Amino acid sequence: MEIIKANAVKFEYAYPDEAPRVVLHGVDLGIEKGSFVALLGHNGSGKSTLAKHFNAILLPTGGTVLVDGMDTADEAHLYDVRRTVGMVLQNPDNQMVSSIVEEDVAFGPENLGVPPQEICRRVEDALRAVDMYAYRDSAPHKLSGGQKQRIAIAGILAMQPEVLVLDEPTAMLDPVGRREVLETVHRLNRERGMTVILITHYMEEAVGADRVVVIDDGSVRMDGTPREIFSQVEELRALQLDVPQPTALAFALRKAGYPLPRDILTEAECADAIAALLQKGVSA
Amino acid sequence: MLKDITIGQFFPAKSVLHRMDPRMKLLLTLGFICMVFVPKTWAGLALIVVFLAMCVAFSGLPARLIFKSIKPILPLILFTSVINMFYTGSGTLLWSWKFLHIYTGGLSNAAFIALRILCLIAGSSLLTYTTPPTALTDALERLLSPLKVFHFKVHELAMMMTIALRFIPTLVEETDKIMSAQKARGADLESGGLLRRVKAMLPILIPLFVSAFRRAYELATAMECRCYHGGDGRTRMKELHLHCRDFLAVGVCLVYLTALIVLNIFLPHAI
Repeated sequence: MEIIKANAVKFEYAYPDEAPRVVLHGVDLGIEKGSFVALLGHNGSGKSTLAKHFNAILLPTGGTVLVDGMDTADEAHLYDVRRTVGMVLQNPDNQMVSSIVEEDVAFGPENLGVPPQEICRRVEDALRAVDMYAYRDSAPHKLSGGQKQRIAIAGILAMQPEVLVLDEPTAMLDPVGRREVLETVHRLNRERGMTVILITHYMEEAVGADRVVVIDDGSVRMDGTPREIFSQVEELRALQLDVPQPTALAFALRKAGYPLPRDILTEAECADAIAALLQKGVSA
Repeated sequence: MLKDITIGQFFPAKSVLHRMDPRMKLLLTLGFICMVFVPKTWAGLALIVVFLAMCVAFSGLPARLIFKSIKPILPLILFTSVINMFYTGSGTLLWSWKFLHIYTGGLSNAAFIALRILCLIAGSSLLTYTTPPTALTDALERLLSPLKVFHFKVHELAMMMTIALRFIPTLVEETDKIMSAQKARGADLESGGLLRRVKAMLPILIPLFVSAFRRAYELATAMECRCYHGGDGRTRMKELHLHCRDFLAVGVCLVYLTALIVLNIFLPHAI
């Protein structure tokens, strides 16, 4: 079942005296319930703009976005849409409202008018889900970047959404923080069946997804499994995107005449393939 | 250096005073401020001091913390009492020079007023020491909520205070970063006269403001993502309940107030 359905979504910024700037040129995209989708694209490709359509922060200037059957342009469903599709933004510092972790996580359910006892239960559950329950009384500015971003995720989880959209959640984090956040997101997808849409320009983060969608110049250019997408090294580079390092290495070796498979994604696969070649004693 | 700034002056502990309902604490502190102005005799003021000492004892906070809160306003207290010293013309004349005269009454009056201000400051700092800032804004929101009838934006005001408290450390950290960045480019922030130093602050304030606006914009988006739509239909995770201790505190305060008024009536005025 498709939980989000974008039909020919167009979006343009209108300027009074100039021609409008078109950001999205008719995007068609369906997101399956329970899937983990990575949205890739270079800066200015329109990937964040597209993501902001999924929870009615932006409304399409043409076409429709349906969330669980609700049209995002329909004012009557606005808060239902935003509760169904939770969005985590890039900078964790700018998403927190309260100076106490617990109260910040409670902000979403408080806005939804959830009864106090139920809020307490949800806050505890959300903080445990991101493994931050021990920090419930802390002040956000005393936490690390990765911890803050996990709190931001908990704040969305407390609204009990069906879909978690993360707009470059790791862009401002150090490697440790990035790993923490990604592990959390993958666990939520695996254990709770949460639909995840991860917007990123780190290729390594997209490797773990079920599906990779490449956006360029406001339209979908590629759509498939990570293996299908990343085997097309030259096409990706033409779209100003990189490929994961193991894939790039295998690609370079193949170009030099070593017969390596095209669909290498991880370091282990790359190492195995090279070892197999060495054992066979193949030379270019 | 900027990181040392503490927000509010909350001093965590688990005393009776800490556990009291913040609404009641806020109201009683206001009551206490009025109460300080009731006594007209030294005996009455002594009662206030005893009351304050009792509160400090109940708060479980070290007394030096209270003295610390008084330190910054000592010059102000000195100034007021010195001025007062010259303005009371009762008692015997002690010292006189041209138009300045000091009487015994003046001295006693000055000491009285100084002690009164000291009690005032110590009492109100006890509120901020035992109540986290978030609880204070929360209490303020609930106490002011009757004003909603007059279309006063109570929730919005409290929300702004909460967000301001939340962003103080973030912006302080940012100021530190910008200062370092400007120093790295050769900005001279420490030397020169007042005007030059104010001018030198501009390259720090402008980026800080730009960044604050960008943060505000992002925060607004994040709040929209979390279904924020003002105070209507909003619930709260933490509900405030009045307990025995809150009513007991009101009782104690009332007893004191009565004692003070009785003292005023029956004791001849010392000053």
